[in-house]
Amino acid sequence: MTKNLRVKSSEYIDETNRVSFKFNGKTYHGFKGDTLASALLANDVHLVGRSFKYHRPRGIMSCGSEEPNAIVQINPGSDRTEPNVRATEVEIYEGLEAISQNCWPSVEFDIGGINNFISPFLPAGFYYKTFMWPASFWEKYEFFIRHSAGLGKSPTTSDPDTYDHRNLHCDVLVVGAGISGVLAAKNAAKNNFKTLLVDEKNELGGSTIFENNEFNKIDNKTPSDWLKKEIEELKSIKNLEIKTRTSVAAYHQYNYLLARENLTDHLEIKNKKNKIRQRLLKIRAKKVILATGSLERPLIFNNNDRPGIMLSSAVKKYSEFYGVACGNKNVFFTNNDSAYESALSLHNKGINVEAIIDIREQSESKIVKKVNDVGIKIYRSYTIVDTAGYKRINNISIMKLSNDGTSVIGNKISISCDCLGVAGGWTPAVHLYTQSGSKLTFDEEKKAFLPNKNTSEQISVGSCNGDFKLDEIFNNLKKKIKEMLNINETDFDNIKVENDQENSKRNIWLLPSDKTLGKTKPFVDYQNDATAKDIKLALREGFRSIEHVKRYTTTGMGTDQGKLGNMHALGIIADTAGVKMGELGTTTFRPPYTPLTFGTIVGRNVGKFFDIFRRTPMNDWHVENKAEFENVGQWKRAWYYPINGETMHQAVQRESKSARESAGILDASTLGKIDIQGSDASEFLNRVYTNAWSKLAIGKCRYGLMLNEDGMVYDDGVTTRLGENHYIMSTTTGGAANVLGKLEDYLQTEWPELDVYLTSVTDHYATASLCGPNSKKILKKIIPDLDLSDENFPHMSFKETNIGNIQCRIMRISFTGEHSYEINVQASYGKNLWEKCMEAGKEFNITPYGTETMHLLRAEKGFIIVGQDTDGTMTPIDLQMDWIVSKKKYDFIGKRSLYRSDTMREDRKQLVGLLTDDPEIVLEEGAQIVSKLNQSPVEMLGHVTSSYFSPNLNKSIALAVIKGGKDMMGKKLFIPMEDKNINVTVANPVFYDEKNERLNA
Amino acid sequence: MFLINCPYCGERDQQEFKAGGEAHIERPKQPTELSDDEWAEYLFMRKNIKGVQFERWNHTHGCRKWFNMVRDTSNDEIKAIYKMGEKPPSQ
Repeated sequence: MTKNLRVKSSEYIDETNRVSFKFNGKTYHGFKGDTLASALLANDVHLVGRSFKYHRPRGIMSCGSEEPNAIVQINPGSDRTEPNVRATEVEIYEGLEAISQNCWPSVEFDIGGINNFISPFLPAGFYYKTFMWPASFWEKYEFFIRHSAGLGKSPTTSDPDTYDHRNLHCDVLVVGAGISGVLAAKNAAKNNFKTLLVDEKNELGGSTIFENNEFNKIDNKTPSDWLKKEIEELKSIKNLEIKTRTSVAAYHQYNYLLARENLTDHLEIKNKKNKIRQRLLKIRAKKVILATGSLERPLIFNNNDRPGIMLSSAVKKYSEFYGVACGNKNVFFTNNDSAYESALSLHNKGINVEAIIDIREQSESKIVKKVNDVGIKIYRSYTIVDTAGYKRINNISIMKLSNDGTSVIGNKISISCDCLGVAGGWTPAVHLYTQSGSKLTFDEEKKAFLPNKNTSEQISVGSCNGDFKLDEIFNNLKKKIKEMLNINETDFDNIKVENDQENSKRNIWLLPSDKTLGKTKPFVDYQNDATAKDIKLALREGFRSIEHVKRYTTTGMGTDQGKLGNMHALGIIADTAGVKMGELGTTTFRPPYTPLTFGTIVGRNVGKFFDIFRRTPMNDWHVENKAEFENVGQWKRAWYYPINGETMHQAVQRESKSARESAGILDASTLGKIDIQGSDASEFLNRVYTNAWSKLAIGKCRYGLMLNEDGMVYDDGVTTRLGENHYIMSTTTGGAANVLGKLEDYLQTEWPELDVYLTSVTDHYATASLCGPNSKKILKKIIPDLDLSDENFPHMSFKETNIGNIQCRIMRISFTGEHSYEINVQASYGKNLWEKCMEAGKEFNITPYGTETMHLLRAEKGFIIVGQDTDGTMTPIDLQMDWIVSKKKYDFIGKRSLYRSDTMREDRKQLVGLLTDDPEIVLEEGAQIVSKLNQSPVEMLGHVTSSYFSPNLNKSIALAVIKGGKDMMGKKLFIPMEDKNINVTVANPVFYDEKNERLNA
Repeated sequence: MFLINCPYCGERDQQEFKAGGEAHIERPKQPTELSDDEWAEYLFMRKNIKGVQFERWNHTHGCRKWFNMVRDTSNDEIKAIYKMGEKPPSQ
């Protein structure tokens, strides 16, 4: 039977609702309302984990999200397991399981603990220094380092939970629901501002909700009682939305904040199912009130990390809020009055307080007098020089501090204890404030970095602004929210506030011991085991920038991001280097404030929603006919149609042969289509394409090449003149959106005088491309009335007609070199059109072909694919397409760049054909081309851009870009591969039907 | 994440927009008259100021209109927004 340290009933703990949970395999009981930490403490469990580097036993330090030590693995082995969870934030539920991390075989007996005894040999930078040499040994070192390091284990199965994103807009966002946040939110909402109040805890009220210091009074009540009444009133206020268990992770510019709302983590496993686990709130607020409070700092002294050493404020909260005594023999160690509040609170509950060790010589405040009066022993001007107890503190040694605070004098006094509450002052939680881009000022008196900016969009109130006393809080809050909200009064203008005054302060960042620093272990960063010694070592080794010291010593780099110890690190650096804290600055506070799960970040964008994809109207047909698909941009395009177990190669060879011998059909719906209208449309095309457009007759089509202003090929496609002032431009599938954007850019910004309107109609049309010598016969069967003679409907012309009742546009254009037609219908008729073509083509063995065959057929003809044969460094001249560049036009996009000295170089890479000496060898796309073998360094002339085995020519063909390739016709070159050298010959890139006779076949 | 006041649509989130580089670089009316250096100046040279910068922005997921923005790159404060063709505000 474990001890029960539940000492008092608490309104926040439901003692009628007993909850059982497992920790490290053992079953414990707590109550609804407990956190894992409070329930463990109630069972007298302090040892919960091992530290990262030295594997020292560690206990629960705090009661909030700043916890560095008590991080556990939740529900190990289940698909919902989560590592590195702070026990102080986990609300227990029936069936919860948790285990300690970073220990083996158990937290009680941890092999890695040996590191603690060899720690003199593991200083800061140990890994950097030691494992540098020999370099080849790194793989061996790494195995052991990775094995012994690491925190929890990530889940290995997919996450069963659902996550969500939500956009929220509000007039006023209040972050933190302590006394300042509650008052601010209430007054904002009452003045008709749409207000959102968020807090990471499940209860409102912050630390004031359990504040029963008899010397602090609001309206003659205890702060706790007064605030409870205020919170009760919130419920009836309109315009106010309250979100608890919601932690603001990031504060970006223009009051854009991200928050994680926790919806099911506190529920029993059976109740988690079919619910959204966490929701990422994307909040855009007109005004933000930061009331994020402050974090209590520990003190830095020898062996300050043992289980049972906790923050003084945490000891108080466990007793007041959770009704749990953290120990039976409590001692406090402090440099301010906070510990006295904790001591008195414990004393009033009948919990034994042995002593208070205060580094100050005196304090005149009422609470100190009262603590003295109730008989608690106070050691003034003393410091702890050492602690004892391996798995739980059991003793402390104290000595008198010298006047200057740098050494200890006199005799050592030993005090037995089982819990030590430390109070090192308060650090305002300015993380979100600095994330928003604002700067901090160091306040010498308060020993804190404070916000120095308040605008009409953002204010900091309460203790995150350095206001720790009730009168300060009320006065500043009043003034600031009146200014921000532009209101004349608040509902707490006339509330009378009294508080005790703390007059005496003494701050020593690193407390001395009777041993030298080298023989002590004063931890600054608990999670990463960085000690004051490590920080001083870093300074001795020449590190000066705070950011460098941080990385070298790993101070502040754990999952807690150094919320507790960062200030001490700065203080020690400042003291050692002899500079002022304010000059040193701080390390950067980066989002997220507390860790976010990947699930929250991605929300619903998982599985098939990870990336959007587009399908053509004929897609169902392709699926039914077993097509394989490839991704082209966001499109899913039919790649090839294997039949009877064909390989891709077999299918493509068959499709390619059929298309040339009889008839083939391709789904070309994905090509970009831009409708261009306006009285200056012809002029516009003249400016954007390299060739001339003014004389294109209505009903005719023309191929165009588009350059960037730097002269490099950007896109290509066929544009058809539909009317006097009406064109339809087609673009590459992947380039459609960018081309439209580019054209819009020129129209709006360079040539606003042109009367031209652009509309994307890509999705409005479905396109079937019918090709091959029998394509004409097939089209005739579908549209018997249309005169398909070369006189009436020649190559590069257009007809608007009907297929039955369906309107269609037909272009006689060809990307394969065969006689072919591109038939466009309204998208919804796409599948119908396709089926009609298949039906009519049956007698000609019409063969559907995919993108791979399309690529092969066009390569046989030497037609380029922008993006495959070009890469943003190819001019039309490089592509040997001089014929398409108008010499007559004064200007077009990219023209001037074609005459730059660089673009006119003769030895630029130019597009050529390549034939392998052995016609059976198919080159690899991307393979490098050289002119000499066995040369070092090898001069690489260029590379293969497209390569296929042509079934129609019965040999391998390739396109390549080669330096000075234009003048290399017939030259023998080599392609060195891993296992062989391939002999190739430079050839004309048009391999098939050079005279274009088949277009009119 | 900026909040951008599109001159055609009003305030919208930054994710609806795309930045388009430095503003007020006019495409030369007679490119063929320019030397290689002059053309390169237009084509490649852009300022990268820490401080007040004039930029082009496009409301890509909205009205698709281009407009100009004056932004302090040191603190991302948007000082002014004005339509294409309008004069930049004097500083």
